[in-house]
Amino acid sequence: MQNKNAASTRYSSVNEINTGNVKNLRVAWSFSTGVLRGHEGGPLVVGNTMYVHTPFPNLVYALDLTKEGAPIKWKYSPKQDANVIPIACCDTVNRGLAYADGKIFMNQLDTTTVALDAATGKELWKVKQGDYKNGQTVTSAPMVIKDKVISGISGGEFGVRGFVTANDANTGKQVWRMYSTGPEAEVGFPGSVETWQGEEWKRGGGTTWGWYSYDPDLNLFYYGTGNPGSWNPDQRPGDNKFSMTIFARNPDTGKAAWAYQKTPHDAWDYDGINENVLVDLNMKGQMRKTLVNFDRNGFSYVLDRQTGELLLAEPFVAVNWAKSIDLKTGRPVEDPAKRTSSKANTKDICPSAMGGKNQQPVSYSPRTGYFYVPTNNLCMDYEGVQVKYQAGQPYVGAIVVSKPGPGGNRGEFIAWDPTTGKKVWGIKEELSAWGGALSTGGDVVFYGTMEGWLKAVDAKSGSVLWKFKTPSGIIGNPMTYVGPDGKQYVAVLSGVGGWSGIGVAADMSLEDPTAGLGAIGAFKDLANFSNQGGVLTVFSLP
Amino acid sequence: MNVLRALLIGGCLACACADVTFAQAQPKTKPLGVCADPMNMPFSNREQEGFENKIADLVAKTLGTTTRYVWWGQRQGFIRNTMNATLEEGRCEVVVAVPKEYDLVRTTKPYFRSTYVFVYPKDKGPQIRSLDDPVLKKLKIGVHLLGNDYENPPPVHELSKRGVVGNLVGFNTFYSAENPPSAIIDAVGSGKVDVAIVWGPAAGYFVKRQRVPLLMVPVPSAPGDLPFAFDISMGVKPGNTALLSTLEKVIDTKRVEIERILNDYNVPLVERKAPPKP
Repeated sequence: MQNKNAASTRYSSVNEINTGNVKNLRVAWSFSTGVLRGHEGGPLVVGNTMYVHTPFPNLVYALDLTKEGAPIKWKYSPKQDANVIPIACCDTVNRGLAYADGKIFMNQLDTTTVALDAATGKELWKVKQGDYKNGQTVTSAPMVIKDKVISGISGGEFGVRGFVTANDANTGKQVWRMYSTGPEAEVGFPGSVETWQGEEWKRGGGTTWGWYSYDPDLNLFYYGTGNPGSWNPDQRPGDNKFSMTIFARNPDTGKAAWAYQKTPHDAWDYDGINENVLVDLNMKGQMRKTLVNFDRNGFSYVLDRQTGELLLAEPFVAVNWAKSIDLKTGRPVEDPAKRTSSKANTKDICPSAMGGKNQQPVSYSPRTGYFYVPTNNLCMDYEGVQVKYQAGQPYVGAIVVSKPGPGGNRGEFIAWDPTTGKKVWGIKEELSAWGGALSTGGDVVFYGTMEGWLKAVDAKSGSVLWKFKTPSGIIGNPMTYVGPDGKQYVAVLSGVGGWSGIGVAADMSLEDPTAGLGAIGAFKDLANFSNQGGVLTVFSLP
Repeated sequence: MNVLRALLIGGCLACACADVTFAQAQPKTKPLGVCADPMNMPFSNREQEGFENKIADLVAKTLGTTTRYVWWGQRQGFIRNTMNATLEEGRCEVVVAVPKEYDLVRTTKPYFRSTYVFVYPKDKGPQIRSLDDPVLKKLKIGVHLLGNDYENPPPVHELSKRGVVGNLVGFNTFYSAENPPSAIIDAVGSGKVDVAIVWGPAAGYFVKRQRVPLLMVPVPSAPGDLPFAFDISMGVKPGNTALLSTLEKVIDTKRVEIERILNDYNVPLVERKAPPKP
């Protein structure tokens, strides 16, 4: 699976590459994906085969690792209506494949979930989760839990009502579907409808485009929901549950055991889909089964993953929209001056709508007990309203101007102690750290930068031990595997997003003259560092 | 650049035969690259039936050339994937109709002004003239859904300020065969909604095609409201001043023809504000 294990720790115990020899790392081979757009996620290695996915058109390559240069065993090219690009538009990324029981699973941009024979690439089944013509797309990786494939949905900005779906892994048949908003029977948990005015919950947002994790002992899986529906906050009074929520659901029935809303009545687009990492931590002297989440809103949450009890919530980046999170009620203690409104200019809100961290997944090393977190150091102004244009019509928009946060660097790769909620060390990055993290048994942590550097860092001290400039900016996640020859390899996809580079921030509507200009404002120099193009680069020791 | 220089040198002394002037200035030129939506009538479509297509034809003809289209849905990513496309052959040079304030492009002087309108049946319609009409709280009101983060059409924004929220019926602008751009006006025609609030150019064309006669009434801005009427310009890539000034010449010389096209498409035009005195 994409994040190494069901707990999503992105930690591999493989330790041939260590802090002493990582400086000798060199390219073993590389592979062009043939696709230009932003490459998120990472390859999978199963047995002696590597499976590589691409953004739209969502190609899949199976590469034979037993042969020199890893030639192509098979290639899968789905037929998708190209109209999905302009309709879904702002984001054609894909966060990767899942494998189980001889099958490769992928969610395509046009909402098709497909199962392929891992040996031949032959289609075994496919189902549509939605209709892109209604603004629905899928960019997230599926997760296989027992005999079910779990998939999310994207498209919250167009009133898509978020849901999560379980399909039978063998036949594709839908087993259940649960929504983020609406009546208890459709959400699998009570308390949503009464937090919306009228029938606004029907276009309530809360899409599910992030990562999924699973605890087999508790038989619960976890994921986050995105920002609330398409209307401005003034038009949806109430908490807007269950947008911005961590759900714990039973994979057999879809019913939720608990739901915790991080940002009630969102007014900042703190799209709460970031991954939930399942680790057992010593919290104040007591071992707890916890879930750790680094949210877009800038807070790092530690919850009891069995009950949903909030144990700790501390800011991991510059945060000023809320002073703290009340551990008893779970609600943020907001600074009213930073709550955006369609009627006023709100300046210098931290973090920006791009989040203290975006989709790039963190890693947790049980050897150090630290989380490794690629962060954004960005703040924003929400300025008034102005005229924009879409589908031939002028309309109203807030001007969101993202800008570098305190210190001027736009990102930082940090090590974080989850038991104290404190930063241990940090490496300042000129641009945001938009790629995922990987930690290893050799105490080396890998991450990529938007300029295209793959960096290897000492897990304990944060010293940069090695770096390599890949052909394009990295917004994907490095992974490691042991090849058929017994050697350890590290692989990463490079390929930065759209022309503005921060197509990277794909979810955040770059081109949009409000949000877009904000992103472009913050990242207009990216073109000086990196160009488009999807390439997989694989490294090993000599 | 050639065009610009020719115009500067030649001035516009022979404006009566502008076509000839332009054609001579730019002999055997490249086709005019037009960025347009393939499925957004009455603005444009792939069959080139929209008024933006007709205006583009007029501009191209005036310049002695033809059109070449780069098609893309006019929503997030439109400019990025057309005017600013990565590959040169995928790029276009002009967007035919954008608000004067549209800041992803450099806009020409405006060539028409239109307004958001109420659309309701002529005979037994609710006779609404203002957003403050209390009847609006009781009616089903069709409006366009545009996007996230406050992105509502200005009148809808002002309706929410007045507490009119729950009785709005949203129409998607992800157009498709099943969800054509005409849907919101069809809904007024069939009585599915009592009134629609629609951008004038998007309304007029479909109003004409209903069996029931429909009225278009401009939505007036009350003090403190956002504007509901907008100046519309052509757009070019920032820095493309040569094309910008060429297009402004066309706008000046082809005013009558442009207005005829807009009338053909039943675009409700409102008087343009006089330009501010220097």
